[in-house]
Amino acid sequence: MNDTISAISTAYGEGGIGIVRMSGSRSYEILSDIFDNIDKVENRKLTYGHIRDPRDGRTVDEVLVAYMKAPHTYTGEDVVEINCHGSMVALRKILDITLKEGASLAEKGEFTKRAFLNGKIDLSQAEAVIDLIKASSSSGYDVALSQLDGSFGKNISEIRQKLVDILVDITVNIDYPDEDIEEIVYENLRENIFKIKEDIDYLISTSNTGRILKDGIKIAIIGKPNVGKSSLMNRLLMENRAIVTDIPGTTRDVIQENMMIRNIPVILIDTAGIRETDDKIEKIGIEKSKETFNDADLILFLLNSGDVIADEDYSIMNRVANKNVLVLLNKSDMDRKIETDRIKEILGDKTFLDTSMETGQGVEELKDIIEKMVYKGNLKQDNSLIVTNVRHLNLLRDASAFLEDSLKSIDSNQPLEFIEIDVKNTYDDLGAILGEEVGDDILNEVFSRFCLGK
Amino acid sequence: MNYEMGKYDVIVVGAGHAGCEAALASARMGKKTLLAAINLESIAMMPCNPSIGGTGKGHLVREIDALGGEMAINIDKTFIQSKMLNTRKGPAVHSLRCQADKEEYHREMKKTIERTENLTLRQMEIVDLIVEENSILGVVSVTNAVYKAKAVIIATGTFLNGKIFIGESSFTSGPNGLAPSLKLAESLKKHGIEMRRFKTGTPARVLASSLNYENMQEEIGDAEIVPFSFLNDHLEKNQVSCWLTYTNEKTHEIIRNNFNRSALFGGEIEGIGPRYCPSIEDKVNRFSDKERHQTFIEPEGLSTDEMYVQGMSSSLPEDVQEAFYRTIPGLENLVITRPAYAIEYDSVNPLTLKMNLESRKIENLFFAGQINGSSGYEEAAAQGLMAGINAVLKIEGKEPFIIDRSQGYIGVLIDDLVIKGTNEPYRIMTSRAEYRLILRQDNADIRLTELSYKLGLASKERYDKFMAKQEKIKDEIERLKKKEVYPGDVKDYLEEMNTSPLKNKISLFELLKRPELTYSSLERIDDEMPKLAQHEITQLEVQIKYEGYIGKQLAQIEKFKRLEKKQIPEGINYLEIDGLRIEARQKLDAIRPMSIGQASRISGVSPADINVLLIYLEKCRRENV
Repeated sequence: MNDTISAISTAYGEGGIGIVRMSGSRSYEILSDIFDNIDKVENRKLTYGHIRDPRDGRTVDEVLVAYMKAPHTYTGEDVVEINCHGSMVALRKILDITLKEGASLAEKGEFTKRAFLNGKIDLSQAEAVIDLIKASSSSGYDVALSQLDGSFGKNISEIRQKLVDILVDITVNIDYPDEDIEEIVYENLRENIFKIKEDIDYLISTSNTGRILKDGIKIAIIGKPNVGKSSLMNRLLMENRAIVTDIPGTTRDVIQENMMIRNIPVILIDTAGIRETDDKIEKIGIEKSKETFNDADLILFLLNSGDVIADEDYSIMNRVANKNVLVLLNKSDMDRKIETDRIKEILGDKTFLDTSMETGQGVEELKDIIEKMVYKGNLKQDNSLIVTNVRHLNLLRDASAFLEDSLKSIDSNQPLEFIEIDVKNTYDDLGAILGEEVGDDILNEVFSRFCLGK
Repeated sequence: MNYEMGKYDVIVVGAGHAGCEAALASARMGKKTLLAAINLESIAMMPCNPSIGGTGKGHLVREIDALGGEMAINIDKTFIQSKMLNTRKGPAVHSLRCQADKEEYHREMKKTIERTENLTLRQMEIVDLIVEENSILGVVSVTNAVYKAKAVIIATGTFLNGKIFIGESSFTSGPNGLAPSLKLAESLKKHGIEMRRFKTGTPARVLASSLNYENMQEEIGDAEIVPFSFLNDHLEKNQVSCWLTYTNEKTHEIIRNNFNRSALFGGEIEGIGPRYCPSIEDKVNRFSDKERHQTFIEPEGLSTDEMYVQGMSSSLPEDVQEAFYRTIPGLENLVITRPAYAIEYDSVNPLTLKMNLESRKIENLFFAGQINGSSGYEEAAAQGLMAGINAVLKIEGKEPFIIDRSQGYIGVLIDDLVIKGTNEPYRIMTSRAEYRLILRQDNADIRLTELSYKLGLASKERYDKFMAKQEKIKDEIERLKKKEVYPGDVKDYLEEMNTSPLKNKISLFELLKRPELTYSSLERIDDEMPKLAQHEITQLEVQIKYEGYIGKQLAQIEKFKRLEKKQIPEGINYLEIDGLRIEARQKLDAIRPMSIGQASRISGVSPADINVLLIYLEKCRRENV
């Protein structure tokens, strides 16, 4: 309850200035760990300086910091506001650092809730506060579920099951010392915990969460050879990165660029032209491109407006029909021959856009559409989804740290019940990711697996 | 026709482990107390295993003692074997267990009760409650005698509507052949107390002279006896042995072939039994791949030849019992004195109780022990003590005495029963405690004695002894922090103890943190060491060696306490709180938690519900200002 909380308090994707806000008794302490000009900070004054990641000493952003001492603040607690340049990369990075330094991620509406509980918001607004909590909890729940549908949730469940195995063994060993049960060998326990920690660390490094936090949304450009994919990429990048020629199959590998579109961090992927080919090198590129659009958040599908639908186009359509696709009818300067009705039949209700990479027609409109999708939450950049993700990442990091502690305890030959604590904490953290209620599941397992008697 | 036989402050119905503690606590706190039992030969009776303590349970006994209860003192007088379990693990899960002389245990407890001031003991069956305007006024005996009281504690164990099953036969009975309590069960139902059916069982008793001891493994007690009670520094006793043996395929075959004759599989038993205490037919059935099941043969006392066959309870018919017991090495020629049986009984749903163990339906009516859905003597005694204390506080108009989950296993036990509920007879386990490192059996006095002394229960003698111990440990820790040693002075000592040499000077306090070193071994490099008792040394070592872990857990407790301290007013109407989900409204309304912390432990109440509740409470607070 009195934990210090932290969150990005400006809307995602907006330009100008972004704010990371903390509230709680440790706000100042956390700020002092990450702000290089802490000595100049005064109550209720803006102070200029830099946020540095205490772990590697790197500067994250140039910022203005406001520190407001309790009780005369919005929440009635100590509040710190870090105004930074507003790019989502910087905002997330700063949020991430405050979390690593000990803040916990604010739930939706939590600042307001605290403000109310501390007498800062009028009684008449109590119902509104309750509505806010209600609304955020139901949408948050949906998000968690949709996200956990995939392999991430499955991974977490599997890891958690391994932790159950360990906890069940420990419980039986401690609570049934008289029973005819194998004693726990520390070497084996160490090995098992070490493996689980590796699994969690792998998830941290590769999970969707980590990727979005580090890089942004993934946009893949696909289309048959020579339809203008590399040109589109160059238009968006405004520089000649990919090789552009008129000879089909020039782009032999997947080209990936990190960039910003309207302040939204994006990884743009240009796939090799999809085409049946005998060329070995090109084949590799084609395989890669197929993989790429499988995990893209948005697919830009280019067709040649001046041609009828080609066989390659059909094969692409079949693969991307269920995905988030934007159809770009390129070379719009040519006479239209493409059968748009047929495309709609296969792809369903998708957004169409006429473009020309020669003239740049449609490029700004394309950026508008991407931006809108982000704001409306049609892409992974959805506000609540990111929050849920940050929360996941945070819990995974905690879990990994707990296991690290348990390994240390094993190495210094500490008693079993001390090791159990950290394993149990890890188990609880993973449960929190899955949104599972804490119950008697360990004891249930104990009794179903072991024959115990009085 | 009814006639009045007396007025009391507190009446306790049932003189088992819960009833005895309840009556003693009430009388010791100065209240005129009546203890009623169907049969005075069954006071503090142990109808199942002849032992007190074990993992978790031993912790409870220590806590009962620290609070001024009787169980630890009584077992210290009457044990015939003592063992500290889990000594190869850490201090938090060391657990004391004693084999009891059942007859002596009963006799000593009876004597203590008879000699306690303010306490009247009487043999009679209580058959009805006197309730007016949802408040208890007294009880009625089977002979129509009316006893008035300000508070009544029901501690009838497995007697209510007791029914025993042996094979295809069943008959109404209390435990161990005693008369059941049938009318009181009716009375409770009549007064709207929600009852349900639980089941438990006990193995056969066999004659010691009929056993072959060469075929079993001897289990002896500890050489160094650790007393249960903090009042006892040192105990010496001649101990007796227990014997370990195993079932085999032949045993299992006989049991399997007779499944159809077991009451358990016949469908006659409707009560729910505990999973941690399955009958042998249940074990053979559910764990069919297990080649053997172990059993300890334990003496029931020094004045009897009867032995208890641990882990082998059964509801199979007697001929089958005899046949399968005899396949076990050591029991080849056994003579059964009492057959194994299963017993079914009525218990109240603990979710209908308040944290002070008072009924939410009838004011000043308390429930304690196995009737609340727990199992075990220690769980019963703990509840009895708490019900006794709280009955007294209630009639004095004082705040209830609640031990929370961070203060003791008693808190874990009662919180689990009353807030989470239980679907089977509940047994305490150390893994049920969130703060196991703090809730150790060695520091129960530190956690609880002062609280009890303030209540007027723990005696002056106990309190002074505790304070002196605290002082001594504190002084010694201070001394160890100040006293420093130099690398050269301790080189030989460290080498011999298999630990690395020092680089710089260091305090003895820091040095002792090394897992290889013990306090006693420091004697060789420390000529100013005072003489400490073993329990003081244990305490000191735990505090120094596990300082880091303990600190971490204390921080967690700090967080836990914040939510526990947020009180919920008793009369709150959950059904009208807009924003609470329907399920949460119903659960909260039924269980009626005292604090936000408790509310958050109720299954079906989500974090969002808790937030809504917080906002609502703040709103009410401001509206009332």
